[in-house]
Amino acid sequence: MNLDKNLATLKYTPDTKSHLQPCSEDCRVCKNRPCINACPAGVYEWLEDKQKLLVKYENCLECGACRIICEKKSLKWEYPKGTKGVVFKKG
Amino acid sequence: MNDKGNKTDVIIVGGGPAGISAAITVARAGYEAIVIERGSFAGSKNVFGGAIYTESVKELFPEFEKSAPLERKNIEHKFAILGENDSTIVSYRNTPETPVSYSVIRGKFDRWMAEEAKKEGVIVAEETVVRELIQEQGKVIGVKTELEDYYADIVILADGVNSLLAKQIGLRKDIEPKDVAVSVKEVIKIDKQKINDRFLINDDEGCIYTLFGGSMLGKLGLGFVYTNKDSISIGLGITLDELSSTGIKPYELLEDIKGHPSIAPLIKDGEIVEYSAHLIPEGGYKKMPKLFSDGVMVVGDAAMLVNNMHWEGTNLALKSGILAGETAILALKEKDFSKKSLKRYDKKLKQSFVIKDLYTYRNLMDVMHNKRKIFMDIYFKKINAFFEMFTSVNGIPKRKLYWQFICDFIKSRGICGLTSDVWAVVKLVWSVLIK
Repeated sequence: MNLDKNLATLKYTPDTKSHLQPCSEDCRVCKNRPCINACPAGVYEWLEDKQKLLVKYENCLECGACRIICEKKSLKWEYPKGTKGVVFKKG
Repeated sequence: MNDKGNKTDVIIVGGGPAGISAAITVARAGYEAIVIERGSFAGSKNVFGGAIYTESVKELFPEFEKSAPLERKNIEHKFAILGENDSTIVSYRNTPETPVSYSVIRGKFDRWMAEEAKKEGVIVAEETVVRELIQEQGKVIGVKTELEDYYADIVILADGVNSLLAKQIGLRKDIEPKDVAVSVKEVIKIDKQKINDRFLINDDEGCIYTLFGGSMLGKLGLGFVYTNKDSISIGLGITLDELSSTGIKPYELLEDIKGHPSIAPLIKDGEIVEYSAHLIPEGGYKKMPKLFSDGVMVVGDAAMLVNNMHWEGTNLALKSGILAGETAILALKEKDFSKKSLKRYDKKLKQSFVIKDLYTYRNLMDVMHNKRKIFMDIYFKKINAFFEMFTSVNGIPKRKLYWQFICDFIKSRGICGLTSDVWAVVKLVWSVLIK
Protein backbone atom coordinates (compact mmCIF):
# COMPACT_ATOMS: atom_id res chain seq x y z
CA MET A 1 0.00 0.00 0.00
CA ASN A 2 1.08 3.47 -0.68
CA LEU A 3 0.37 5.10 2.65
CA ASP A 4 1.21 8.55 1.36
CA LYS A 5 -1.30 8.15 -1.42
CA ASN A 6 -3.92 7.08 1.11
CA LEU A 7 -3.18 9.99 3.41
CA ALA A 8 -3.51 12.29 0.40
CA THR A 9 -7.22 11.37 0.25
CA LEU A 10 -7.74 13.24 3.51
CA LYS A 11 -8.42 16.85 4.26
CA TYR A 12 -6.09 18.24 6.90
CA THR A 13 -5.75 21.63 8.50
CA PRO A 14 -2.41 21.26 10.26
CA ASP A 15 -1.46 23.33 13.27
CA THR A 16 1.95 24.97 13.46
CA LYS A 17 2.68 23.20 16.74
CA SER A 18 2.57 19.43 17.32
CA HIS A 19 -0.19 18.04 19.51
CA LEU A 20 2.01 14.93 20.01
CA GLN A 21 4.99 15.35 22.31
CA PRO A 22 7.07 12.25 22.95
CA CYS A 23 9.53 12.28 25.83
CA SER A 24 12.92 12.19 24.10
CA GLU A 25 14.68 10.61 27.10
CA ASP A 26 12.21 7.72 27.22
CA CYS A 27 12.19 7.24 23.43
CA ARG A 28 15.97 6.88 23.41
CA VAL A 29 15.88 3.92 25.78
CA CYS A 30 12.58 2.45 24.55
CA LYS A 31 13.21 -1.08 23.24
CA ASN A 32 10.38 -1.61 20.79
CA ARG A 33 9.10 1.88 20.01
CA PRO A 34 5.71 0.30 19.28
CA CYS A 35 4.23 3.65 18.30
CA ILE A 36 6.09 3.38 14.99
CA ASN A 37 4.29 0.16 14.01
CA ALA A 38 0.95 0.88 15.53
CA CYS A 39 0.36 4.30 14.00
CA PRO A 40 -2.05 3.93 11.07
CA ALA A 41 -0.69 7.12 9.54
CA GLY A 42 3.05 6.41 9.84
CA VAL A 43 3.49 9.52 11.96
CA TYR A 44 6.54 8.24 13.84
CA GLU A 45 9.98 7.51 12.48
CA TRP A 46 13.16 6.78 14.46
CA LEU A 47 16.11 8.88 13.37
CA GLU A 48 19.11 6.73 14.23
CA ASP A 49 21.68 9.47 13.62
CA LYS A 50 19.88 12.00 15.77
CA GLN A 51 18.65 9.37 18.27
CA LYS A 52 15.33 11.04 18.11
CA LEU A 53 11.73 10.30 17.18
CA LEU A 54 10.56 12.25 14.15
CA VAL A 55 6.89 13.16 14.58
CA LYS A 56 5.00 13.96 11.39
CA TYR A 57 2.06 15.20 13.44
CA GLU A 58 0.40 16.86 10.47
CA ASN A 59 -0.52 13.34 9.17
CA CYS A 60 -2.12 12.27 12.46
CA LEU A 61 -5.58 10.67 12.27
CA GLU A 62 -6.16 11.40 15.97
CA CYS A 63 -6.93 7.79 16.87
CA GLY A 64 -4.87 7.59 20.05
CA ALA A 65 -3.14 4.26 19.32
CA CYS A 66 0.33 5.72 20.05
CA ARG A 67 -0.81 7.10 23.40
CA ILE A 68 -2.12 3.71 24.54
CA ILE A 69 0.73 1.62 23.16
CA CYS A 70 3.50 3.89 24.51
CA GLU A 71 5.42 1.59 26.85
CA LYS A 72 6.63 4.35 29.11
CA LYS A 73 3.26 6.08 29.05
CA SER A 74 5.18 9.26 28.53
CA LEU A 75 3.84 10.44 25.19
CA LYS A 76 2.07 13.72 25.76
CA TRP A 77 -1.00 13.38 23.55
CA GLU A 78 -3.81 15.82 23.15
CA TYR A 79 -6.41 16.60 20.53
CA PRO A 80 -5.44 19.28 18.03
CA LYS A 81 -7.16 22.64 18.38
CA GLY A 82 -10.80 22.78 17.36
CA THR A 83 -10.11 24.20 13.95
CA LYS A 84 -7.13 21.93 13.23
CA GLY A 85 -6.32 18.35 12.37
CA VAL A 86 -7.99 15.80 10.13
CA VAL A 87 -11.49 15.94 8.66
CA PHE A 88 -13.17 12.66 7.74
CA LYS A 89 -15.80 13.37 5.12
CA LYS A 90 -16.86 9.73 4.93
CA GLY A 91 -15.78 8.07 8.17
CA MET B 1 -28.82 29.98 37.12
CA ASN B 2 -26.10 30.64 39.62
CA ASP B 3 -23.57 33.40 39.85
CA LYS B 4 -21.42 31.92 37.10
CA GLY B 5 -21.91 33.15 33.56
CA ASN B 6 -22.12 30.67 30.66
CA LYS B 7 -24.21 28.34 32.75
CA THR B 8 -26.59 25.81 31.23
CA ASP B 9 -28.51 22.72 32.28
CA VAL B 10 -26.51 20.00 30.55
CA ILE B 11 -23.24 20.09 28.63
CA ILE B 12 -22.49 17.12 26.43
CA VAL B 13 -18.89 16.65 25.32
CA GLY B 14 -18.85 15.05 21.87
CA GLY B 15 -21.32 15.09 18.99
CA GLY B 16 -21.39 11.40 18.06
CA PRO B 17 -24.43 9.15 18.42
CA ALA B 18 -24.15 8.93 22.23
CA GLY B 19 -23.78 12.67 22.70
CA ILE B 20 -26.49 13.67 20.26
CA SER B 21 -29.01 11.19 21.69
CA ALA B 22 -28.36 12.45 25.22
CA ALA B 23 -28.73 16.05 24.07
CA ILE B 24 -31.98 15.47 22.18
CA THR B 25 -33.48 13.57 25.11
CA VAL B 26 -32.71 16.49 27.43
CA ALA B 27 -33.92 19.13 24.95
CA ARG B 28 -37.20 17.34 24.35
CA ALA B 29 -37.98 17.67 28.06
CA GLY B 30 -37.55 21.44 27.77
CA TYR B 31 -34.08 21.77 29.29
CA GLU B 32 -31.10 23.41 27.69
CA ALA B 33 -28.48 21.11 26.22
CA ILE B 34 -25.19 22.22 24.67
CA VAL B 35 -23.11 19.77 22.67
CA ILE B 36 -19.44 20.67 22.40
CA GLU B 37 -17.89 19.00 19.36
CA ARG B 38 -14.19 19.22 18.52
CA GLY B 39 -14.63 18.61 14.80
CA SER B 40 -15.67 21.19 12.24
CA PHE B 41 -18.98 19.31 12.03
CA ALA B 42 -20.47 16.39 13.94
CA GLY B 43 -19.04 13.23 12.39
CA SER B 44 -15.87 14.81 11.03
CA LYS B 45 -13.70 12.96 13.56
CA ASN B 46 -15.74 9.76 13.58
CA VAL B 47 -15.12 6.45 11.85
CA PHE B 48 -16.90 3.09 11.92
CA GLY B 49 -17.46 0.07 9.66
CA GLY B 50 -20.32 0.34 9.12
CA ALA B 51 -23.94 0.10 9.64
CA ILE B 52 -26.43 1.75 11.96
CA TYR B 53 -29.15 -0.36 13.50
CA THR B 54 -32.73 0.49 12.58
CA GLU B 55 -34.34 -0.30 15.92
CA SER B 56 -31.92 1.84 17.90
CA VAL B 57 -32.18 4.88 15.62
CA LYS B 58 -35.99 4.60 15.57
CA GLU B 59 -36.12 4.97 19.33
CA LEU B 60 -34.81 8.49 18.87
CA PHE B 61 -36.06 9.31 15.36
CA PRO B 62 -39.16 7.17 14.59
CA GLU B 63 -39.30 8.46 11.00
CA PHE B 64 -35.58 8.61 10.25
CA GLU B 65 -35.84 6.49 7.11
CA LYS B 66 -37.66 9.37 5.39
CA SER B 67 -34.95 11.97 5.82
CA ALA B 68 -31.69 10.47 7.08
CA PRO B 69 -28.81 10.05 4.61
CA LEU B 70 -28.84 6.26 4.32
CA GLU B 71 -26.78 4.30 1.85
CA ARG B 72 -28.20 0.78 1.52
CA LYS B 73 -30.45 -1.47 3.62
CA ASN B 74 -28.49 -4.57 4.49
CA ILE B 75 -30.09 -7.78 3.33
CA GLU B 76 -27.16 -10.14 3.48
CA HIS B 77 -24.40 -10.88 5.96
CA LYS B 78 -21.52 -13.06 4.85
CA PHE B 79 -19.04 -14.63 7.22
CA ALA B 80 -15.84 -15.41 5.37
CA ILE B 81 -13.04 -17.47 6.84
CA LEU B 82 -10.01 -16.59 4.78
CA GLY B 83 -7.12 -18.99 4.54
CA GLU B 84 -3.88 -17.99 2.92
CA ASN B 85 -5.40 -18.46 -0.53
CA ASP B 86 -8.71 -20.22 0.02
CA SER B 87 -11.89 -19.35 1.89
CA THR B 88 -15.09 -20.73 3.34
CA ILE B 89 -18.06 -18.39 3.31
CA VAL B 90 -21.33 -18.76 5.19
CA SER B 91 -24.04 -16.34 4.27
CA TYR B 92 -27.41 -15.31 5.66
CA ARG B 93 -29.77 -13.43 3.37
CA ASN B 94 -33.23 -12.08 4.13
CA THR B 95 -35.35 -9.13 3.08
CA PRO B 96 -37.62 -8.32 6.00
CA GLU B 97 -39.95 -5.33 5.80
CA THR B 98 -37.79 -3.46 8.29
CA PRO B 99 -34.11 -4.09 7.68
CA VAL B 100 -31.94 -4.74 10.71
CA SER B 101 -29.38 -2.18 9.60
CA TYR B 102 -28.45 0.40 6.99
CA SER B 103 -24.99 1.23 5.77
CA VAL B 104 -24.25 4.92 6.27
CA ILE B 105 -21.43 7.40 5.77
CA ARG B 106 -20.73 8.83 9.20
CA GLY B 107 -19.68 12.19 7.81
CA LYS B 108 -23.24 12.53 6.51
CA PHE B 109 -25.23 10.59 9.10
CA ASP B 110 -23.75 12.13 12.27
CA ARG B 111 -24.09 15.54 10.69
CA TRP B 112 -27.75 14.84 9.94
CA MET B 113 -28.34 13.76 13.55
CA ALA B 114 -26.72 16.95 14.81
CA GLU B 115 -28.89 19.04 12.43
CA GLU B 116 -32.00 17.25 13.72
CA ALA B 117 -30.85 17.97 17.26
CA LYS B 118 -30.47 21.65 16.43
CA LYS B 119 -34.04 21.71 15.11
CA GLU B 120 -35.15 20.44 18.50
CA GLY B 121 -33.36 23.20 20.35
CA VAL B 122 -29.98 21.61 21.08
CA ILE B 123 -27.07 24.02 20.77
CA VAL B 124 -24.12 22.45 18.97
CA ALA B 125 -20.82 24.27 19.37
CA GLU B 126 -18.41 22.93 16.76
CA GLU B 127 -14.64 23.34 16.45
CA THR B 128 -14.33 23.50 20.21
CA VAL B 129 -12.13 21.17 22.24
CA VAL B 130 -12.88 20.56 25.89
CA ARG B 131 -9.46 20.44 27.53
CA GLU B 132 -10.55 19.56 31.04
CA LEU B 133 -13.44 19.31 33.42
CA ILE B 134 -13.95 21.98 36.05
CA GLN B 135 -14.47 20.55 39.51
CA GLU B 136 -15.56 22.16 42.74
CA GLN B 137 -15.34 20.15 45.94
CA GLY B 138 -15.14 16.95 43.94
CA LYS B 139 -18.19 17.78 41.82
CA VAL B 140 -18.01 18.34 38.10
CA ILE B 141 -19.50 21.77 37.46
CA GLY B 142 -18.34 22.63 33.96
CA VAL B 143 -15.81 22.35 31.19
CA LYS B 144 -12.71 24.27 30.21
CA THR B 145 -12.35 24.81 26.46
CA GLU B 146 -9.56 26.60 24.61
CA LEU B 147 -11.60 29.75 24.55
CA GLU B 148 -13.93 29.88 27.49
CA ASP B 149 -15.16 28.03 30.53
CA TYR B 150 -18.72 26.78 30.45
CA TYR B 151 -20.76 25.65 33.43
CA ALA B 152 -23.61 23.19 33.74
CA ASP B 153 -25.57 21.27 36.33
CA ILE B 154 -24.59 18.05 34.57
CA VAL B 155 -21.78 17.20 32.17
CA ILE B 156 -22.19 14.12 29.99
CA LEU B 157 -18.96 12.67 28.62
CA ALA B 158 -19.48 11.40 25.08
CA ASP B 159 -15.90 12.17 24.15
CA GLY B 160 -15.14 8.85 22.54
CA VAL B 161 -12.88 5.88 23.11
CA ASN B 162 -9.91 7.87 24.40
CA SER B 163 -12.05 9.77 26.92
CA LEU B 164 -9.28 11.84 28.39
CA LEU B 165 -11.92 13.54 30.51
CA ALA B 166 -13.11 10.37 32.26
CA LYS B 167 -9.46 9.70 33.02
CA GLN B 168 -8.88 13.22 34.30
CA ILE B 169 -11.46 12.81 37.04
CA GLY B 170 -10.44 9.27 37.91
CA LEU B 171 -13.43 7.39 36.49
CA ARG B 172 -11.04 5.20 34.51
CA LYS B 173 -7.43 4.11 34.52
CA ASP B 174 -5.17 4.09 31.51
CA ILE B 175 -6.49 1.88 28.74
CA GLU B 176 -4.28 -1.13 28.08
CA PRO B 177 -3.28 -1.99 24.49
CA LYS B 178 -5.13 -5.31 24.68
CA ASP B 179 -8.40 -3.53 25.43
CA VAL B 180 -8.63 -1.53 22.21
CA ALA B 181 -8.35 -2.37 18.56
CA VAL B 182 -6.94 -0.04 15.98
CA SER B 183 -9.11 0.04 12.92
CA VAL B 184 -8.10 1.14 9.45
CA LYS B 185 -10.54 1.56 6.62
CA GLU B 186 -10.72 2.60 3.01
CA VAL B 187 -13.77 3.88 1.22
CA ILE B 188 -13.41 2.74 -2.37
CA LYS B 189 -15.47 4.33 -5.11
CA ILE B 190 -17.02 1.79 -7.44
CA ASP B 191 -19.80 2.14 -9.96
CA LYS B 192 -23.21 1.40 -8.46
CA GLN B 193 -24.09 -1.24 -11.03
CA LYS B 194 -20.79 -3.01 -10.43
CA ILE B 195 -21.52 -3.13 -6.70
CA ASN B 196 -24.95 -4.60 -7.41
CA ASP B 197 -23.45 -7.24 -9.70
CA ARG B 198 -20.55 -8.17 -7.46
CA PHE B 199 -22.64 -8.49 -4.33
CA LEU B 200 -25.79 -9.86 -6.02
CA ILE B 201 -27.98 -7.06 -4.73
CA ASN B 202 -30.36 -4.42 -6.07
CA ASP B 203 -29.90 -0.64 -6.03
CA ASP B 204 -30.98 0.04 -2.46
CA GLU B 205 -29.83 -3.27 -0.99
CA GLY B 206 -26.60 -3.83 0.89
CA CYS B 207 -24.33 -6.68 1.84
CA ILE B 208 -21.97 -7.03 4.79
CA TYR B 209 -18.87 -9.21 4.96
CA THR B 210 -17.24 -10.14 8.22
CA LEU B 211 -13.74 -11.40 7.50
CA PHE B 212 -11.87 -13.83 9.70
CA GLY B 213 -8.28 -14.86 9.16
CA GLY B 214 -6.48 -13.87 6.00
CA SER B 215 -3.60 -11.58 6.92
CA MET B 216 -4.84 -11.79 10.50
CA LEU B 217 -4.60 -15.56 10.91
CA GLY B 218 -3.52 -16.18 14.50
CA LYS B 219 -4.14 -12.58 15.45
CA LEU B 220 -7.01 -11.08 17.37
CA GLY B 221 -8.61 -9.07 14.63
CA LEU B 222 -11.44 -9.03 12.12
CA GLY B 223 -12.01 -7.49 8.75
CA PHE B 224 -15.19 -6.04 7.29
CA VAL B 225 -16.78 -4.97 4.03
CA TYR B 226 -19.87 -2.77 3.76
CA THR B 227 -21.59 -1.60 0.61
CA ASN B 228 -22.54 2.05 0.23
CA LYS B 229 -24.51 3.51 -2.69
CA ASP B 230 -21.53 3.95 -4.97
CA SER B 231 -18.63 2.94 -2.78
CA ILE B 232 -17.41 0.08 -0.67
CA SER B 233 -16.03 0.41 2.83
CA ILE B 234 -13.36 -2.16 3.57
CA GLY B 235 -11.31 -2.30 6.71
CA LEU B 236 -10.18 -4.22 9.73
CA GLY B 237 -9.71 -3.90 13.42
CA ILE B 238 -6.77 -5.48 15.20
CA THR B 239 -6.10 -5.55 18.91
CA LEU B 240 -3.42 -3.02 19.64
CA ASP B 241 -1.19 -5.42 21.60
CA GLU B 242 -0.75 -7.48 18.41
CA LEU B 243 1.24 -4.56 17.04
CA SER B 244 3.37 -3.99 20.14
CA SER B 245 6.44 -6.03 19.41
CA THR B 246 5.99 -7.15 15.83
CA GLY B 247 6.84 -5.30 12.67
CA ILE B 248 3.25 -5.44 11.42
CA LYS B 249 1.55 -2.25 10.45
CA PRO B 250 -2.25 -2.08 10.40
CA TYR B 251 -2.46 -0.71 6.85
CA GLU B 252 -0.23 -3.51 5.57
CA LEU B 253 -2.66 -6.06 7.00
CA LEU B 254 -5.47 -4.28 5.18
CA GLU B 255 -3.53 -4.27 1.94
CA ASP B 256 -3.05 -8.05 2.28
CA ILE B 257 -6.75 -8.63 2.90
CA LYS B 258 -7.61 -6.49 -0.13
CA GLY B 259 -5.42 -8.74 -2.23
CA HIS B 260 -6.98 -12.00 -1.03
CA PRO B 261 -8.43 -13.92 -4.01
CA SER B 262 -11.89 -13.95 -2.41
CA ILE B 263 -11.89 -10.20 -1.74
CA ALA B 264 -9.90 -8.63 -4.57
CA PRO B 265 -12.65 -9.09 -7.21
CA LEU B 266 -15.11 -7.16 -5.00
CA ILE B 267 -13.02 -3.99 -5.09
CA LYS B 268 -11.37 -4.37 -8.47
CA ASP B 269 -10.81 -1.13 -10.41
CA GLY B 270 -12.04 0.94 -7.52
CA GLU B 271 -10.61 4.28 -6.52
CA ILE B 272 -9.74 4.98 -2.88
CA VAL B 273 -11.63 8.13 -1.94
CA GLU B 274 -10.88 8.15 1.76
CA TYR B 275 -8.55 6.39 4.16
CA SER B 276 -9.32 6.59 7.86
CA ALA B 277 -8.45 5.10 11.21
CA HIS B 278 -9.95 4.97 14.69
CA LEU B 279 -9.75 3.01 17.91
CA ILE B 280 -12.46 0.53 18.90
CA PRO B 281 -13.07 -0.10 22.60
CA GLU B 282 -12.77 -3.87 23.05
CA GLY B 283 -12.37 -4.29 26.79
CA GLY B 284 -16.03 -5.09 27.38
CA TYR B 285 -17.79 -5.46 30.70
CA LYS B 286 -14.67 -5.94 32.80
CA LYS B 287 -13.02 -2.78 31.51
CA MET B 288 -15.90 -0.35 31.69
CA PRO B 289 -15.05 2.84 33.57
CA LYS B 290 -17.15 4.05 36.45
CA LEU B 291 -20.17 5.47 34.63
CA PHE B 292 -21.15 8.35 36.90
CA SER B 293 -20.00 10.64 39.66
CA ASP B 294 -21.12 13.96 41.12
CA GLY B 295 -22.38 16.05 38.21
CA VAL B 296 -21.13 13.72 35.49
CA MET B 297 -22.10 10.64 33.44
CA VAL B 298 -20.15 8.68 30.78
CA VAL B 299 -21.79 7.33 27.59
CA GLY B 300 -20.95 5.53 24.33
CA ASP B 301 -17.39 4.59 23.40
CA ALA B 302 -16.10 6.66 26.32
CA ALA B 303 -17.84 4.08 28.54
CA MET B 304 -16.41 1.10 26.53
CA LEU B 305 -19.92 0.26 25.36
CA VAL B 306 -19.13 -1.97 22.41
CA ASN B 307 -20.40 -5.51 21.86
CA ASN B 308 -17.60 -6.78 19.67
CA MET B 309 -19.10 -10.25 19.28
CA HIS B 310 -21.97 -8.74 17.26
CA TRP B 311 -20.24 -5.67 15.74
CA GLU B 312 -22.56 -3.43 17.76
CA GLY B 313 -21.51 -0.01 18.97
CA THR B 314 -23.65 2.83 17.67
CA ASN B 315 -26.80 1.20 19.08
CA LEU B 316 -25.25 0.91 22.53
CA ALA B 317 -24.10 4.51 22.19
CA LEU B 318 -27.59 5.75 21.26
CA LYS B 319 -29.23 3.81 24.09
CA SER B 320 -26.71 4.96 26.71
CA GLY B 321 -27.21 8.54 25.54
CA ILE B 322 -30.98 8.26 25.91
CA LEU B 323 -30.68 6.74 29.39
CA ALA B 324 -28.17 9.36 30.53
CA GLY B 325 -30.49 12.03 29.11
CA GLU B 326 -33.46 10.60 31.02
CA THR B 327 -31.44 10.50 34.21
CA ALA B 328 -30.38 14.11 33.66
CA ILE B 329 -34.05 15.12 33.31
CA LEU B 330 -34.93 13.46 36.63
CA ALA B 331 -31.95 15.12 38.30
CA LEU B 332 -32.87 18.55 36.87
CA LYS B 333 -36.45 18.18 38.09
CA GLU B 334 -35.24 17.29 41.56
CA LYS B 335 -32.29 19.71 41.43
CA ASP B 336 -30.10 16.91 42.71
CA PHE B 337 -26.95 16.32 40.66
CA SER B 338 -25.17 14.19 43.18
CA LYS B 339 -23.60 10.80 42.62
CA LYS B 340 -26.60 9.25 44.32
CA SER B 341 -29.01 10.89 41.89
CA LEU B 342 -27.00 10.04 38.78
CA LYS B 343 -26.52 6.44 39.87
CA ARG B 344 -29.94 5.92 38.29
CA TYR B 345 -28.20 6.05 34.90
CA ASP B 346 -26.02 3.13 35.92
CA LYS B 347 -29.11 1.24 37.10
CA LYS B 348 -31.06 1.93 33.89
CA LEU B 349 -28.11 0.86 31.78
CA LYS B 350 -27.75 -2.37 33.77
CA GLN B 351 -31.42 -3.14 33.21
CA SER B 352 -31.12 -2.53 29.47
CA PHE B 353 -29.65 -4.79 26.82
CA VAL B 354 -26.49 -2.67 26.84
CA ILE B 355 -24.85 -3.95 30.00
CA LYS B 356 -26.74 -7.24 29.94
CA ASP B 357 -25.06 -8.04 26.60
CA LEU B 358 -21.64 -6.86 27.72
CA TYR B 359 -22.04 -9.04 30.82
CA THR B 360 -23.05 -12.03 28.69
CA TYR B 361 -19.77 -11.76 26.79
CA ARG B 362 -17.64 -10.69 29.77
CA ASN B 363 -15.27 -13.67 29.39
CA LEU B 364 -15.04 -13.64 25.61
CA MET B 365 -11.97 -11.45 25.24
CA ASP B 366 -10.04 -13.32 27.95
CA VAL B 367 -10.61 -16.61 26.12
CA MET B 368 -9.76 -15.07 22.75
CA HIS B 369 -6.57 -13.49 24.07
CA ASN B 370 -5.47 -16.84 25.47
CA LYS B 371 -6.50 -18.93 22.51
CA ARG B 372 -6.09 -16.61 19.55
CA LYS B 373 -3.15 -18.50 18.08
CA ILE B 374 -5.30 -21.63 18.13
CA PHE B 375 -8.85 -20.48 17.42
CA MET B 376 -7.92 -17.75 14.97
CA ASP B 377 -5.29 -19.81 13.17
CA ILE B 378 -5.39 -23.60 13.47
CA TYR B 379 -9.17 -23.92 13.56
CA PHE B 380 -9.77 -21.42 10.78
CA LYS B 381 -7.29 -23.31 8.64
CA LYS B 382 -8.95 -26.60 9.57
CA ILE B 383 -12.36 -25.35 8.42
CA ASN B 384 -10.89 -24.51 5.03
CA ALA B 385 -8.94 -27.78 5.00
CA PHE B 386 -12.16 -29.70 5.60
CA PHE B 387 -13.88 -28.15 2.61
CA GLU B 388 -10.77 -28.57 0.52
CA MET B 389 -10.88 -32.27 1.37
CA PHE B 390 -14.65 -32.50 0.90
CA THR B 391 -14.63 -30.92 -2.54
CA SER B 392 -11.52 -32.73 -3.78
CA VAL B 393 -11.70 -35.28 -6.57
CA ASN B 394 -8.44 -37.16 -6.64
CA GLY B 395 -9.06 -40.88 -6.87
CA ILE B 396 -8.45 -41.37 -3.14
CA PRO B 397 -11.32 -43.20 -1.41
CA LYS B 398 -13.44 -40.85 0.70
CA ARG B 399 -13.12 -42.89 3.89
CA LYS B 400 -9.36 -42.57 3.68
CA LEU B 401 -9.69 -38.81 3.16
CA TYR B 402 -11.93 -38.45 6.21
CA TRP B 403 -9.53 -40.39 8.43
CA GLN B 404 -6.58 -38.48 7.12
CA PHE B 405 -8.37 -35.25 8.02
CA ILE B 406 -9.31 -36.51 11.48
CA CYS B 407 -5.77 -37.74 12.19
CA ASP B 408 -4.26 -34.46 11.01
CA PHE B 409 -6.70 -32.57 13.16
CA ILE B 410 -5.84 -34.52 16.31
CA LYS B 411 -2.11 -34.36 15.55
CA SER B 412 -2.16 -30.60 15.08
CA ARG B 413 -3.57 -29.96 18.57
CA GLY B 414 -2.82 -33.12 20.54
CA ILE B 415 -5.29 -34.68 22.93
CA CYS B 416 -4.37 -32.28 25.73
CA GLY B 417 -4.72 -29.29 23.44
CA LEU B 418 -8.09 -30.42 22.15
CA THR B 419 -9.36 -31.07 25.67
CA SER B 420 -8.24 -27.64 26.77
CA ASP B 421 -9.91 -26.02 23.72
CA VAL B 422 -13.19 -27.83 24.24
CA TRP B 423 -13.13 -26.98 27.93
CA ALA B 424 -12.49 -23.29 27.13
CA VAL B 425 -15.43 -23.26 24.72
CA VAL B 426 -17.75 -25.07 27.13
CA LYS B 427 -16.86 -22.65 29.92
CA LEU B 428 -17.41 -19.70 27.58
CA VAL B 429 -20.74 -21.00 26.32
CA TRP B 430 -21.79 -21.68 29.91
CA SER B 431 -20.97 -18.09 30.87
CA VAL B 432 -22.91 -16.81 27.86
CA LEU B 433 -26.01 -18.95 28.33
CA ILE B 434 -26.26 -19.76 32.01
CA LYS B 435 -24.29 -17.52 34.35
